[in-house]
Amino acid sequence: MIDKKTVYYVAALARLRIEDAEAERFARNLDDILQYIDKLNKLDVDGVRPTSHVLAVENVYRDDKVLPSLSPEEAFSFAVEQHERHYKVPKVIE
Amino acid sequence: MVSAPGGLMSQTGNMDFETVIGLEVHLQLKTQTKIFCGCRNVFGSEANANVCPVCLGLPGSLPVLNRQVLLDGIKVGLALNCDINRFVKFDRKNYYYPDLPKGYQISQYDFPIAKKGWLEFPCEGRSKRVGITRAHLEEDAGKLIHDDRLNCTLVDYNRTGTPLVEIVSEPDMHSPQEAYDYLTALKLTLSYLNVSDCDMEKGSLRCDANVSIRPVGQTKLGTKAELKNMNSFSAVKRAVEHEVERQTRLVLSGGQVVQETLLWDDAQSITVPMRSKEDAHDYRYFPEPDLVPFTLTAAEVESVQIGLPELPSAKLGRIRQSYGINEYDATILIQDRSLADFFEDCARLYSDYKNICNWINVAVLKEIRSRKVGLADLPLKPETLAALIQRVDDGTISNLVGKDILSGLVDSGKSVDTVIAEQGLAQISDDAALEKVLDEVIAANPKTVAEVKAGKTAAMGFFVGQAMKKMQGKANPKKLNEMLTRRFQNG
Ligand SMILES: [Zn+2]
Repeated sequence: MIDKKTVYYVAALARLRIEDAEAERFARNLDDILQYIDKLNKLDVDGVRPTSHVLAVENVYRDDKVLPSLSPEEAFSFAVEQHERHYKVPKVIE
Repeated sequence: MVSAPGGLMSQTGNMDFETVIGLEVHLQLKTQTKIFCGCRNVFGSEANANVCPVCLGLPGSLPVLNRQVLLDGIKVGLALNCDINRFVKFDRKNYYYPDLPKGYQISQYDFPIAKKGWLEFPCEGRSKRVGITRAHLEEDAGKLIHDDRLNCTLVDYNRTGTPLVEIVSEPDMHSPQEAYDYLTALKLTLSYLNVSDCDMEKGSLRCDANVSIRPVGQTKLGTKAELKNMNSFSAVKRAVEHEVERQTRLVLSGGQVVQETLLWDDAQSITVPMRSKEDAHDYRYFPEPDLVPFTLTAAEVESVQIGLPELPSAKLGRIRQSYGINEYDATILIQDRSLADFFEDCARLYSDYKNICNWINVAVLKEIRSRKVGLADLPLKPETLAALIQRVDDGTISNLVGKDILSGLVDSGKSVDTVIAEQGLAQISDDAALEKVLDEVIAANPKTVAEVKAGKTAAMGFFVGQAMKKMQGKANPKKLNEMLTRRFQNG
């Protein structure tokens, strides 16, 4: 069972603020999802090739060639705050 | 009690501890472009000059793998005797921090490019083998500058997306010295591959250490602490020493080591717990949906294997054997792949290998160090050095003059014979001229003659010095000595 505590923990990892009522609803939702996963886990998958990707494509590379980067105007056009060519963010501790 | 090989024993009362160290090394690759976008991969640009929607993590952008990064990763793996995973996929490592604009780092989780390797190196007079658990590819994060005055953090995303190989060792090291020697050997091997600058000062090689202690005889590992922020190999050594002491004291006083990340403060020689990422260790890895998987053919891996250079340990053995160079001198030569090549180029032109080695390891290295360049940037041709040594051998110039003019040869690019002629450096070996000068100095110093005749043969050096002075230092000292010996032997 997913409890509200787990929901709050996951929300904190994802930097999401949620209300108590939402936490209860999400707990039920997540529980449903996990139950469905449990169901899948019970399937007989012998002979089924494991996959890590849904596309039937592989080996998509690029050559090691320089492409133009953004101009400073472009790079900072969406910055909330900037200072001397740096993105300025609330202070974080190391 | 038998101590563990190389183990650091902290003997206190009836408790003996063994130190266990595992190292994680991050290596920045020096590809032209970043791992998942075409932005330039260079150090020292203006802030945020090399950024694009991909490395800024803008919605809608898609990463595409730089093929060279994959090839370099295979190269590193093979050089460390790893198995190469022919199925390659990337995973998301999720955490929120401003140095990571996407909110996740693209890394490799369950299928690292390389696994199960080892590195063997000389350590405290014996050979030590450390297992390599894995080496995987990932992207570097941006650089944060904490600004107290503005009370904010400034972010430069130039480094974001720089290709990294993370090399994780087994916890096979049992003393700070072993950790130091492992790092030295690892860096040497990596430098031969020419895939990275391997420069700790510029951050292209970084090291974290996992340190724990356990009672001697216990097989289960103790709780480890992770040490970060060491800026040199010697700082790694100091940090590990400090941490072993801290843990030992803690356990002996009845405490317990807790798993935590500690930042090493080299100036104060202390560790401080890292606060910022303490609740971020739940990374919730999952397969990266933006990158399709990669399958390597056996032929692709094989061709990287074939292209590997001769690695340091193999080169050491071969140089010792082929040229009869002792271990000490050969070890100096192989510290730089181009230095060893230079030696071998000289050896094709001149056959007294030991003599070439002496010239390179003393005179040439002095030039390299005084100019603060690598051998590659020192304009000295093997032909020039070989010619110089030959002119010393055949007595045209003295050994001292030879050492003196090396610097000028490097600067001017002129031939050895030209420099000797231009500066009038050739020794006077002409018998008649030398005998004449000796006649003069002997005649002028009857007192010294008497001393030599009385058995004080060391006084002959005085005549050599006087003759040299008269001939402006160009007299062949070997010949002078021979002539003097002959004269006094004959009475
Ligand atoms: Zn980019």
